[in-house]
Amino acid sequence: MTKFSCPSPSVVARKLAFSAVLSTGLLMIGLTQAEAAKTTLNLGMSVEPTGLDPTIAAPVAIGQVTWQNIFEGLVAIDQNGKIVPQLAKSWEISPDGLAYTFKLRTGVKFHDGQAFDSATAKFTLDRARGGQSVNPQKRFFSTIASIDTPDAETLILHLSSPTGSLLYWLGWPSSVMVGPKSSANDKTAPVGTGPFKFSAWAKGDHVDLVKNPDYWNKSVDVKLEKVTFRFISDPQAEAAALKAGDLDAFPEFAAPELMNSFEGDPRLTTKIGNTELKVVAGMNNTRKPFDDKRVRQALMMALDRKTIIEGAWSGLGTAIGSHYTPNDPGYKDLTGTLPYDAAKAKALLAEAGYPNGFSFTIKTPQMAYAPRSAQVMQAMFADIGVTMNIEPTEFPAKWVQDVFSGRNYDMTIVAHAEPLDIDIYSRDPYYFNYKNPDFNELMKKIQLTADAAEQNKLYGEAQSILAEDVPALFLFVMPKLGVWDKKLKGLWENEPIPSNVLTNVSWED
Amino acid sequence: MIVLLTRRIFGLILTLIAVSLLVFAVMALLPGDPAAITLGTSATPETLAALRHEMGLDQPLIIRYGQWLAGALTGDLGKSFTYGVPVAGLIAERLAVTLPLAALAILLSVLVAVPLGAAAAARRGGFFDILATLFSQMGIAVPGFWVGLLLVLLFATSLGWMPAGGFPGWGNGVWPALKSLVLPAVALALPQAAVLTRVTRSAVLDTLHEDFARTAVAKGLSRGRVLWGHVVPNALVPVLTILGLQFTFLVAGAVLIENVFTLPGLGRLAYQALSQRDIIVLQDVVLFFAGLVIVVNFLVDLSYLAIDPRLRAGGAR
Repeated sequence: MTKFSCPSPSVVARKLAFSAVLSTGLLMIGLTQAEAAKTTLNLGMSVEPTGLDPTIAAPVAIGQVTWQNIFEGLVAIDQNGKIVPQLAKSWEISPDGLAYTFKLRTGVKFHDGQAFDSATAKFTLDRARGGQSVNPQKRFFSTIASIDTPDAETLILHLSSPTGSLLYWLGWPSSVMVGPKSSANDKTAPVGTGPFKFSAWAKGDHVDLVKNPDYWNKSVDVKLEKVTFRFISDPQAEAAALKAGDLDAFPEFAAPELMNSFEGDPRLTTKIGNTELKVVAGMNNTRKPFDDKRVRQALMMALDRKTIIEGAWSGLGTAIGSHYTPNDPGYKDLTGTLPYDAAKAKALLAEAGYPNGFSFTIKTPQMAYAPRSAQVMQAMFADIGVTMNIEPTEFPAKWVQDVFSGRNYDMTIVAHAEPLDIDIYSRDPYYFNYKNPDFNELMKKIQLTADAAEQNKLYGEAQSILAEDVPALFLFVMPKLGVWDKKLKGLWENEPIPSNVLTNVSWED
Repeated sequence: MIVLLTRRIFGLILTLIAVSLLVFAVMALLPGDPAAITLGTSATPETLAALRHEMGLDQPLIIRYGQWLAGALTGDLGKSFTYGVPVAGLIAERLAVTLPLAALAILLSVLVAVPLGAAAAARRGGFFDILATLFSQMGIAVPGFWVGLLLVLLFATSLGWMPAGGFPGWGNGVWPALKSLVLPAVALALPQAAVLTRVTRSAVLDTLHEDFARTAVAKGLSRGRVLWGHVVPNALVPVLTILGLQFTFLVAGAVLIENVFTLPGLGRLAYQALSQRDIIVLQDVVLFFAGLVIVVNFLVDLSYLAIDPRLRAGGAR
């Protein structure tokens, strides 16, 4: 990058003299200000949310602004990915797994004064599962058969079949509690029960939140008075805003190649954590030649994941052998199942009837990781005689239409953002066109138990099936590239669920 | 004259309607379903149908066009799919950034280009002429967004005098808002100033050879007074014409600069609306741009009519 030389000594001297005069003048004010710790935060995000109601639209940016800050759920997912009580203080699951009885907190109020009780919770869940619902995770609520509210503190969910993931799902941004009087306007003026209230949204630039003085949870000490989420999509502009001090933090910095440009900045610190973003190259499993498992395995073995991570994401990222991240419960490292071995890949391809390889097209979205990964993959496939054409495909519009809805593609590459979404390989229809009854059976079994150890064992088996079957080429988990002021404490370093939880964020004196 | 004006206004309305039809048709042909984008990778056919109904996307195209046009005529531009707020308000908010930015850029480019161009013409081959040539060649060759990046590196990152981008809004005081527009305006003004310098230089050169200029010199006026008092004002007509054209270009064409400085302007709104398939916003913004061009052309036509009586006579035939 271009560097500028320092201003000439005389300019510096003049500037110094000027600032000396100025600072003497401001000394008194400065002293009184320094005593009080800073209580505002300017936080940067790459993507502006589309609306502010996570219960009616999917983009993760919505939850990254509102979840845990404005909106809260019956339960929450903490920094370590654990389910913790929130608006429900406790719960009991019936032995057959068909009834969930929640005890709700009392005295909780929404920002506009509406009371939160079992009727509100029932309203929220009915809204999410009803016929008119546009909740992006409507399927989460599909097994809820009926909801009882014997009193204001008690909520009973009756299920049509055991749903072992229900509690986890209730911790998601799409499951947050909304008020009956305010829900219709949550898209533009969100009203929740959280520690921060929505204040303003300058579309295209920033969203402001202010501290909720009446927050129900007295056990937390919310230090920030005002938070501004600023939306900057250009990586260079993101870096400039951080270095210029316009921003205090960028919890999910978008350009790994610029990460080392923060080294040596005395004010900033960088943290590399895990996300749930799995970069996978999905294949159309019903289309030739991808309908042949040997072909898919050969393609997987033709790829050296380390080199792809190096080329696509500056070496920052974790190789994966299945659709699962090290954050997730029951994670198994399966990168050794089909390790990089071009010679074996070639032999396998010949066995499948393609001794001279074949050619196909990959539809790549424009997000930086996709074309970069595709170019590295192209070279590696060429080594085993396979020709891959790269077709740029605008995301989300064209990609959703062609690949996701239309399933008209050979191969594509995309980062799957949903946490613990290994079940997408059992969904029908889903863009992979992958059908494996054994895998589907496992996914069902996982829902039949709420026992964590049993679930983890089943998740392990599911990972192994995918690693062996490779319905998609499993490449890497994206890192969470955090850049923030050294004096800022309490931001999450990992991301078990896409969020920017500010409850415990504060400035060190 | 009145007949002519009525005809022109009628033509203007017809053009706008034709443009609206074209814009709507193009949007209908764009691949990508706004409802599917909103629901993302967990969309099911059932939720998709519910959302399409809510967005009015399940209606026939002709009805959607009719609703849009009828709304637009009564000042109701519809609601943004992504933001959920009326589009008219969104456009107004963005204009509050884009218009001052364009005006500031125009002002800067005039302040640089007119004196430089005139001084260059006054003494061909002299210092200012060489400077003007260098400046205009560089200004045209160097892309504005790159200049923007350099300005950010110098004034925001290294010196910390200016914000690196973003817009605090006019509600937080005029100075902070203006401050965040200065660097982008400079980046935007540079290519404009380069073109304008050339235009001014050649216009002044042409005017210098006109009879009245020579008469003024013959009368014994000083070079400077001839140049600044007589020649430059007369040479401003072509300069103003270019300025008028540039203004529409600036309003519509600031997308890159707005991205570099993350300014919430109209250009970036159009860009975001396109990628999110926020069709209503996109339709309205494109129609607004088209309307702007058409109205500016109309005004230019009117000014020609005012200047040249022959056109008036011809029009009344």
